[in-house]
Amino acid sequence: MASVFDIAGAAMTAQMMRLNTTASNLANADSVSGSEATAYRARQTVFASVMQQAANGAPDDASVGVQVAGISESQAEIPRRYEPGNPLADAKGYVYGSNVNSVEEMANMIAASRSYQGNAEVFNTTKSLMLRTLQLGQ
Amino acid sequence: MAIDMRQIAGLQEQALMLRARRHEVLANNIANADTPGYQARDIDFRAAMQQAGEAIASGAPLAEPVLGYRNPWQRAQDGNTVEMQVEQAALADNAVHYQATLNFLGGSFSSLRLAITGTGK
Repeated sequence: MASVFDIAGAAMTAQMMRLNTTASNLANADSVSGSEATAYRARQTVFASVMQQAANGAPDDASVGVQVAGISESQAEIPRRYEPGNPLADAKGYVYGSNVNSVEEMANMIAASRSYQGNAEVFNTTKSLMLRTLQLGQ
Repeated sequence: MAIDMRQIAGLQEQALMLRARRHEVLANNIANADTPGYQARDIDFRAAMQQAGEAIASGAPLAEPVLGYRNPWQRAQDGNTVEMQVEQAALADNAVHYQATLNFLGGSFSSLRLAITGTGK
């Protein structure tokens, strides 16, 4: 039962990382850069479940939590604007913006916060169950 | 006469352990609600309880309960079959049953104390 704290804790950490990348994306939504290669690309966390080897005669592997397996960068097109007055502009006078989609990021932020709340709820339920178990027989 | 705690607790002990195990499985489903390709698991409590009862009757060691896969109402595009509302309902239901089992177990211990002291204090 105590492993539930690890599971819910890992999930909250993962959702927090997702919120962090969303915050980073939104903060950089209007960043500009001098070339397409250095332009800011929207980042997304990639979740993967943590698997545990089957033990004690269990028939198959069971998952024990979630982790952030990596962070992927969006391959969407980088917008280019003609701003010759911008100090960051390249030789032809173009600056390169970020490919962050603000609407997508806002939806992502709400989804992450809802998932975080769900896991916090699991954490609370587990805590009250364990406290009651400690009082067994009193 | 020796007091056998296993006999006093009876099947409730197994029920409590199964409830705790199911709580872990459901918590894990909620943790993986956004993991692409993750398939929600659950324990068939009735089958697991029957298995535990038979194992106790025959004196065999208890096996881990079998984990099944949940049949989703609607599968997500990324292959994930966790439905948050279903999992939260199952978790709440399981938590209530866990507390009920705790109460039954506590009742067994109170009876034992009453038999020993005569006052239950």
